[in-house]
Amino acid sequence: MSELRDLYQEMVLEHARSPRNHREMPPPCHHAAGHNPLCGDKLDVYVKLDASGQRIEDVSFRGQGCAISQASASLMTETLKGKSLPEALKLGDAVHQLMTQDDAEADGLGKLVIFQGVRAFPMRVKCATLAWHTLRAALGNEPSTEPIVSTE
Amino acid sequence: MSTCTTQTAASGRRLDPLLLRAEFPILEQMVHGHPLVYLDNAATTQKPRTVLEALERYYERDNANVHRGVHLLSQRATDAFEAARRKVARFVNASPQEIVFTRGTTEAVNLVAQSFGLQHVQRGDAVLVSHMEHHSNIVPWQLLCERVGAKLLVIPIDDRGVLELDALDRLLSPRVKLLGLVHASNALGTLNPVAEVIRRAHAHGIPVLLDGAQALPHAKVDVKALDVDFYACSAHKVYGPTGIGALYAKKQHLQAMPPWQGGGDMILSVSFAGSKWNEVPFKFEAGTPDIAGAIGFGAALDWVDSVGLGAIAAHEAELLAYATERVRELPHVRLIGTAPEKVGVLSFVFDDVHPHDVGTILDQQGVAVRTGHHCAQPVMERYGVPATVRASFAAYNTRADVDALVDGLRAVREMFRV
Ligand SMILES: Cc1ncc(COP(=O)(O)O)c(C=O)c1O
Repeated sequence: MSELRDLYQEMVLEHARSPRNHREMPPPCHHAAGHNPLCGDKLDVYVKLDASGQRIEDVSFRGQGCAISQASASLMTETLKGKSLPEALKLGDAVHQLMTQDDAEADGLGKLVIFQGVRAFPMRVKCATLAWHTLRAALGNEPSTEPIVSTE
Repeated sequence: MSTCTTQTAASGRRLDPLLLRAEFPILEQMVHGHPLVYLDNAATTQKPRTVLEALERYYERDNANVHRGVHLLSQRATDAFEAARRKVARFVNASPQEIVFTRGTTEAVNLVAQSFGLQHVQRGDAVLVSHMEHHSNIVPWQLLCERVGAKLLVIPIDDRGVLELDALDRLLSPRVKLLGLVHASNALGTLNPVAEVIRRAHAHGIPVLLDGAQALPHAKVDVKALDVDFYACSAHKVYGPTGIGALYAKKQHLQAMPPWQGGGDMILSVSFAGSKWNEVPFKFEAGTPDIAGAIGFGAALDWVDSVGLGAIAAHEAELLAYATERVRELPHVRLIGTAPEKVGVLSFVFDDVHPHDVGTILDQQGVAVRTGHHCAQPVMERYGVPATVRASFAAYNTRADVDALVDGLRAVREMFRV
């Protein structure tokens, strides 16, 4: 049960209950829809870059899913505001490593460190990484100028 | 009542799940420090020792290819393989020539779609399925319909998960060339009134395929009494091995249908000018089959016979009633699938905890359930849920297993403090 407590820490549950930045974003912004067919989780991630096009000005998400995927998306949006694109992508990699490798570095991850608890649950890694994969996809997409209909 | 409802009263025998458990070595283990409580039987059942021994005995003593050698082992393997076919036939009241071994239900449906389907379904025609189908009784028909330019029509279900028979009547038309229906739903548990559906479809000259994956372990199937055209099933859901199953098809259909896969064993003679097909059912069994699997399938059906299907069905019905009552007592729970006639499947959601989280927390307490869409996404969409938690019962489950499930669910609520 202690592994479960590490997975479902208070902060995870709290973010799952009241996710931050849980909203659609008006265009123009980068957007992608992520889907985890295994559990039916769906996420839309929206990113607005600043004038330089190199820094995240705003990031939000919409979607439904398990506590892990919701908390991960919520904490991701909270962490990413103001980060440069390389910083954001590096964080995504670091979170993934934290959840899959025993010797992963936890430095510099801030609150995201709570996702270390996922390591004992390999079946749940996909839930926690869905938001980050969708972010990466969104940044790879051309910014959309049309309002985006959520997949919900 | 249809001939296919569970015969709870028919057999006076009661089974003792604790005695049966001892025949399933896998159930003796601990999971995350707790005794395993296996409630994922609709995904696959565990296998009794007699089945494991049949597999082992075959490979230790009889292994050889079938239908080809004159040597003793080949004779023994062929005899055992064909004996298994007779067991499957007897179990569903068919003749052995009407039983084609396949990899399972999925392959059986694909066989019918690609052979019978391509022969009979043309541009402008339709194939009819229900809203509660497993993907394996949807996608093969979609592939067929796309290929020939036909339409897939859907019989709706009501909020309890009961097939809407009035709607069925409106959908039956000369355009419909085949009706595919799940006998018992893996996502909802609904046991469909298949005899009645077949009668109505046949009144319009429409042949019927039943997906029997979930029904075979729980309900007496009599293909003759049902007059069903095709019946698909999997051994692994009825205490047998994975990778083997069967298609029952009326002999006149099998004789008229073209082969769907070519290769060895399905031919009488081959020359470069052309080949002559083997007789049925061999025409549909190209290549070396899963011989051991078929033998294991036969052993599994023997095991079910020895316990008594009626006793199994009665036991599961009791467990289902108990589990339904206990799970209903929990706050914020919504049952998905409340048809009056059900097999031992209890599907539900919490308002406030996602099924995936429930599954992880239950697993940590040794309770194995299925969480997800159960390969029935149209059902999930019908009830507006992304997924459900599903507990499903087999002969070896006990009331204590249900109690462990409910304790586990209470722990979920505690963990989420809801
Ligand atoms: C109702 C139903 N149909 C079809 C299948 C597919 O069976 P198989 O995977 O053995 O081919 C299943 C198994 O999940 C099922 O529950």
